[in-house]
Amino acid sequence: MGPSESKSRRTPPAAGQVPPPHGDELSRAAPLVGYVPSRMSTNTALQGTQAWAKPSPRMWAMRKAELGLLTVLALAAGVAGAAGTGSLPGTIGALAGVALLAPFSLWVTLRRYRAWAYQEREDDLLVSRGVMFRRLSVVPYGRMQFVDVTAGPVERLFKLASVRLHTAAAASDARIPGLEQAEAARLRDRLAALGEARAAGL
Amino acid sequence: MPERGVPAAPGPTWQRLHPLTPVVAAVRSLAVLALVLLEDSRSHSGGVGPALIVVGSFAFLLLLAGLVRFAVTRWALDGPTLRIETGLLRRDARQLPLARIQAVDVVRPFVARAFGLAELRVRLAGSGRANGRLAYLTEPAALDLRARLLAGHHGLDQATPEPAEQPLATVPPARLIAAALLSPAGGITLVLAGALVALTTVSQAAAAAVGGTLFVYAISFAHRTWRRVADQYGFAVALAPDGLRLRRGLLSTVAETVPFARVQAVRKVEPLAWRPMGWCRVEVDVAGSPGREQGTRSSRLTRALLPVGPTATADWLLASALGLRQFELAKPPRRAAWKSPLSYHFLGSASESGVIAASKGRVRKTTMWMPLEKVQSIRWVEGPLQRALHLATVRVDAAGRGVVADMRDRDSAEASDLFESLLAWTPT
Repeated sequence: MGPSESKSRRTPPAAGQVPPPHGDELSRAAPLVGYVPSRMSTNTALQGTQAWAKPSPRMWAMRKAELGLLTVLALAAGVAGAAGTGSLPGTIGALAGVALLAPFSLWVTLRRYRAWAYQEREDDLLVSRGVMFRRLSVVPYGRMQFVDVTAGPVERLFKLASVRLHTAAAASDARIPGLEQAEAARLRDRLAALGEARAAGL
Repeated sequence: MPERGVPAAPGPTWQRLHPLTPVVAAVRSLAVLALVLLEDSRSHSGGVGPALIVVGSFAFLLLLAGLVRFAVTRWALDGPTLRIETGLLRRDARQLPLARIQAVDVVRPFVARAFGLAELRVRLAGSGRANGRLAYLTEPAALDLRARLLAGHHGLDQATPEPAEQPLATVPPARLIAAALLSPAGGITLVLAGALVALTTVSQAAAAAVGGTLFVYAISFAHRTWRRVADQYGFAVALAPDGLRLRRGLLSTVAETVPFARVQAVRKVEPLAWRPMGWCRVEVDVAGSPGREQGTRSSRLTRALLPVGPTATADWLLASALGLRQFELAKPPRRAAWKSPLSYHFLGSASESGVIAASKGRVRKTTMWMPLEKVQSIRWVEGPLQRALHLATVRVDAAGRGVVADMRDRDSAEASDLFESLLAWTPT
């Protein structure tokens, strides 16, 4: 993991203090309310007080279940493969490998799950994710083309859904996984209404 | 043409395509098949007789299909919309609102050109399915309809004659050919030829192997070069009040019109091989389809404003055609060279008077300009190495695929300021 993860380099809240140095079009800077999780260490643009919304805790349960299933499969494959060749050291090696790898994957999965956060602001939606590679996406409601709510079979099992915002740019990646289905529906309706109200042409 | 005097009354006046349409369509699809079959049959004992029968029956079927298609297709310019109806079993009725037009092209495929016909293509934003295609009309009819569509697009009376245009730049064929040869594929061909010469003195077998590879490669290279040259031959860009006019093509000619307001981003590409000549290419991005579902080529509409030309011409063209004032790009801090050792020298970004600019790329230096009002979303990306060096990347997306101004490896404090000011500038 990154070396500077724990010591978050937070400078004082930037709201209204820093005059934007980028030309007159850009200087309509309004004071920002927002709070970037401390892990988003070097981005001081969004530090404030407003809390970020998180995916449902059931998403963590889903991730654990997925990982558990994967571990069982890996164990079975390892044992079967080693038993096929009939070597005891091979079997032990495979088991040890899985035993070492499983907690590590669990840790990585937990951190990645915790990194997801989103915030509905007045004019735009923020989505933050990633541990090693931290990403923060901003989509103004007026630029939204349509909203997708998807729920795969596993997600349905855990009564979860993902919401995805599409803009005219293919690269926009505002996706929020692991939402409670009611929350996903609420978010979809709200985003659609806001997008409708502020729609701007291409 | 009969569409003069579109009535304001209830029903639109429906028009048909040109009656020669089925013939042109059949000849276009048949040409390749006939060539292959006749060539193939010549080597066999049976003679060309059976092949002729196959080609003949195909021709009949294609002609029949074309006739049916012709019979069921009609179009009308109905006030602010262009309506196209086609399809025998699955009726397809399209309404193309003139206000949403992204570009209008007049394409003349080789065969159609021989008959004096042209195809009109209307592109709208969104999926490729929303596009309209009228094939074929007579050339004057196509040009007239284009003028009407563009006049309607700008909210003028549709009978307004096409405004006069001011020629800006052309590309001489010699430069076009030289530029096509100066490509990575050209370099590989040259290396292969060099290897062949060197190997003939050493080993005959190795030389034969390299020779075979060279032969195949040279053919594909020649084909690609030919296509590029034939595509861009006689390139001319002109400035008209309703947009940029682009004309190009050797056998099939294309005339494109891009309304100014539809330009999402502009980029200047300077490939490594062109750098000694001081050449570059200028491209404009027009909104294409955003979805991943279509998978068609039209997903990204990139048009060359200048396929190849001296940098000075390119800069002048950008200034006069799009009113783009170029400005100095700021380099990222020195320590960014640790993270991007190869491309560091070509990284740079700045924003000024409502335009964002960013450059990147070692082999293909690409500089992108994007007006702020076209920004669709903003992204902040920060990898572990960047975090250790206090750097961050800010990406700004515009409509289309891969239309991204990539402000790479900026100092994190600067990037934060930039991000904040971009956020404050919410386009609503």
